[in-house]
Amino acid sequence: MPRKVAVVNRYRCAYCGACVSVCKFNANELIETFLQIYEDRCNGCGMCVKVCPMNALEVIECST
Amino acid sequence: MFDVVVVGAGPGGSITAKTCAENGLNVLLVEKRQEIGVPVRCAEGISKSALERFVEPKKFFISREVVGAKIYAPDGTEITLSEERAGNEVGYVLERKVFDRYLAKLASNAGAEVLVKTTAYAFERKDGIVRVKLRRMGEEWEVETKIVVGADGVESRVAKAFGIDTTLKPNELESCVQYLMTNIDFDPDYCHFWLGKSIAPGGYIWLFPKKVGANVGIGVMPSLAKRSPKEYLDDFVSERFPNGRIVELVAGAVPVCGEIESAVADNLMLVGDAARHADPITGGGIANAMKAGYYAGKVAVEAVKRGDFSKNFLKRYDKLWKDDFGKDLARKRKLQQKLIKMDDETLNKIFRSIPKNIKELSVRAIVLEIFKKHPKLLWDIKDLIL
Ligand SMILES: Cc1cc2nc3c(=O)[nH]c(=O)nc-3n(C[C@H](O)[C@H](O)[C@H](O)COP(=O)(O)OP(=O)(O)OC[C@H]3O[C@@H](n4cnc5c(N)ncnc54)[C@H](O)[C@@H]3O)c2cc1C
Ligand code: SF4
Ligand code: SF4
Repeated sequence: MPRKVAVVNRYRCAYCGACVSVCKFNANELIETFLQIYEDRCNGCGMCVKVCPMNALEVIECST
Repeated sequence: MFDVVVVGAGPGGSITAKTCAENGLNVLLVEKRQEIGVPVRCAEGISKSALERFVEPKKFFISREVVGAKIYAPDGTEITLSEERAGNEVGYVLERKVFDRYLAKLASNAGAEVLVKTTAYAFERKDGIVRVKLRRMGEEWEVETKIVVGADGVESRVAKAFGIDTTLKPNELESCVQYLMTNIDFDPDYCHFWLGKSIAPGGYIWLFPKKVGANVGIGVMPSLAKRSPKEYLDDFVSERFPNGRIVELVAGAVPVCGEIESAVADNLMLVGDAARHADPITGGGIANAMKAGYYAGKVAVEAVKRGDFSKNFLKRYDKLWKDDFGKDLARKRKLQQKLIKMDDETLNKIFRSIPKNIKELSVRAIVLEIFKKHPKLLWDIKDLIL
């Protein structure tokens, strides 16, 4: 069954943490110098997309 | 074993570590970035009194001094506030790349151990102490501590690891973009603020002068904004500063949810943006982060002396920050909820009705004047301001 997950465009991301502050599911993290999304925990709610100042995130359907 | 592990070397974390170390505690300060203070996520404004309460001002971390703030209504009507009356963010414009490092150095000089490019990624409470898992350049190890201080900023995950849910909603943060701009024309003696739903829904645009150029930025509330903050800012900049050059880009988020119920758990205190300590109206958070860091440090010292790291004991820290600025956060959150509903025409009207001859222009004086003229407008919010 296809499910929804957030993906980040690393070329747009400015490493600000807005997305992390709104994720209820602990599905993303600012690591030393990059944003990591944990797909297994992400439910595609899109909250992070809404708050990203750089338009760097989108929710996509993923088949796995 | 450490007495205290502080996670995050922003202003909150460094002041915590400094206060603990000065009082003889064994402190570790960990920062996941490889360079403290970079990338900057700040407009860098702080009032003179707020800064001077904790550090002696030094030329090398102050980029510029201003004498006040100019605030513009959507139609351009302007009011001017003097530095003392303009709140916690107006007075000095810092160079945070240097300032944050300087604070970390003070902590280190006081005896704290500082580790950079080191992430605290997991916490395990056992037998009254905490095992903190650290990762640095792929290497992982553990340290033990009596107390953890989460000073890990808006993206805090420490809170959740200890069972405090500080997740923000889209109406509880400001999503921000800022440019360092050169080749622009402005009055460098003031910080400038532009208000209005059409300019920055649920937030505002700012210009803070620096030694070279100025920080020109925007915060919007995602629940109200129709576009990303960058798009609103680009419109403003191309209209106002068509010849400006952008030499640095900053993105960030500020928590503006107001006072949280508690910033402590067993073995844990949260400080600064991690505890959502930023001002819900201005978005300023440096001053409160430093105050909170100081209080957390003091309480950590007492806790270690008593050998009591329970939530119950650490509640003293809640009391200290709440008595100092917690009520102010709660009041400002209420005021913010009213302000974001005002349409541009109402704001224009309010600004236009402020008499030009008020001698001591303070927020309170302004409100009193408006209240005389438009009692209906302000009836709603008078309790919050007066
Ligand atoms: C665009 C913008 C403009 C602003 N303008 C102003 C202003 O003009 N005046 C003002 O007073 N405030 C301003 N603020 C707010 C201000 O920047 C913050 O309130 C302030 O930095 C909070 O300090 P802090 O110590 O709590 O957190 P931060 O300064 O965010 O520091 C947190 C640190 O923790 C580190 N960290 C996080 N997780 C971990 C981990 N797991 N392990 C190790 N390290 C970790 C981070 O890398 C970071 O260095 C602005 C914010 C933004 C976004
Ligand atoms: S909110 Fe956007 S810019 Fe900020 S860290 Fe997340 S993806 Fe990157
Ligand atoms: S889509 Fe929802 S669950 Fe997934 S990372 Fe974004 S906020 Fe978290």
